[in-house]
Amino acid sequence: MARVGKPCLIVILFLVLATIAAAPAWAEEAPNIPSSAGAYPWWFWALILFVVTFVMGIAAVLGGVGGGVLFVPIISGFFPFHLDFVRGAGLLVALAGALAAGPGLLKMNLASLRLAIPVALIASTFSIVGAMIGLALPTNVIQIALGVTILGICILMLTAKKSELPEVPQADPISSALRIYGVYQEASTGQVIDWKIHRTLQGLILFIAVGIMAGMFGLGAGWANVPVLNLLMGAPLKISVATSKFLLSITDTSAAWIYMNNGCVIPMIVVPSLIGIMLGSFVGVALLRVTKPGLVRWIVIGMLGFAGLRALMKGLGI
Amino acid sequence: MEDNPKKSLQAGPEQLVYAGVLEKGMLFGMVLLLVTYFIYVVGIFKSYIPLAEIPQCWSMNVHDYLNHCKIESGWSWVTMVGYGDFLNFVGIALLAGVTIICFLSIVPVLLKQGDKLYAFFAVLEAVILGVAASGILGSGGH
Repeated sequence: MARVGKPCLIVILFLVLATIAAAPAWAEEAPNIPSSAGAYPWWFWALILFVVTFVMGIAAVLGGVGGGVLFVPIISGFFPFHLDFVRGAGLLVALAGALAAGPGLLKMNLASLRLAIPVALIASTFSIVGAMIGLALPTNVIQIALGVTILGICILMLTAKKSELPEVPQADPISSALRIYGVYQEASTGQVIDWKIHRTLQGLILFIAVGIMAGMFGLGAGWANVPVLNLLMGAPLKISVATSKFLLSITDTSAAWIYMNNGCVIPMIVVPSLIGIMLGSFVGVALLRVTKPGLVRWIVIGMLGFAGLRALMKGLGI
Repeated sequence: MEDNPKKSLQAGPEQLVYAGVLEKGMLFGMVLLLVTYFIYVVGIFKSYIPLAEIPQCWSMNVHDYLNHCKIESGWSWVTMVGYGDFLNFVGIALLAGVTIICFLSIVPVLLKQGDKLYAFFAVLEAVILGVAASGILGSGGH
């Protein structure tokens, strides 16, 4: 376990260093006119994006968050791209990470399709709403709201208790009717674990807000999926993390199309990021079965806090 | 709940079908994206926006970017796939659209199991994603 944890720590620390290395390149930018980002050639940004998002892909799977929640605040804070394109890319990046991880998680029966589908119906619908709202609001308002949201996510991640095996005395009528339950084998111990959920209606209602925020900010929503699935609905932590990751492939698809149809996709930003996150996710899935989720989350929280402050300051013009 | 623990550890047939379609679509999309990106950066197809000018464009908001570069939003990229940069949209669209195909592919499996409710859910989800992809919801725009 320590053997796996150390490489994870190294790659995530590398993310921080790579981001800091890119930081001096961001120039003072005036709104609505081309920035001095031309000081660096296009390939420099493509290379940096690939490296940073590769590490993000690993961290995202292990931390149970989408690539988007890492991508948007970090890239918008430290790279010279407008937030419109960062959000569009962020959704596609989160989507790609989920697409890469999804098949493995489904086949391993760690991600539950029966749990994901009712949730996805709600979240994907409202992520469309969120995307449309996000594209209508002024950029500085979005930037401030993004910073506050990211800092709120950090607080949520710090204070929310996680439960590896929540106590669910009885499945509620909705989850029983939908046959949302399952069995999985904990790879680290060999223990076979039966699971069921409760508070399904409350969870589905919360996913309305999750979907709206995901679409508005271009975030992947994994940061909210896991607490709702695990702490509120009572799914085991590994089932919650895996199902959340798979769920992103559905939620982010709907919002990503809204951004794409509005022109918020520049291939030179999207493609290097997307390739990096997908490759990183492959590695992350391989590590998930034998890694304790807790370790990486601490590192993710630190990175998010830093990026959230940066987003807030940028929105306030500081 | 199944009595045989070993059997219940396996993913259900609809889950395996979904995973299989997702995996193939994802791999195909990723390979396609690698190929088109290579074509783009190497310059095999001419770019609509020259590579050297890209850094000047990506700091604009999307409204200014579309006006400055004379690009139309929506599905207009389909008419521009002759350009290296817009050729990448084919792979991006495939990756964004594979989930729709996955949901449609599990409908027969669910119906075969008599699970009409989840078959309906899968169709409904495909419709929701299809509406988002179609572009009919319009633009918010700054």
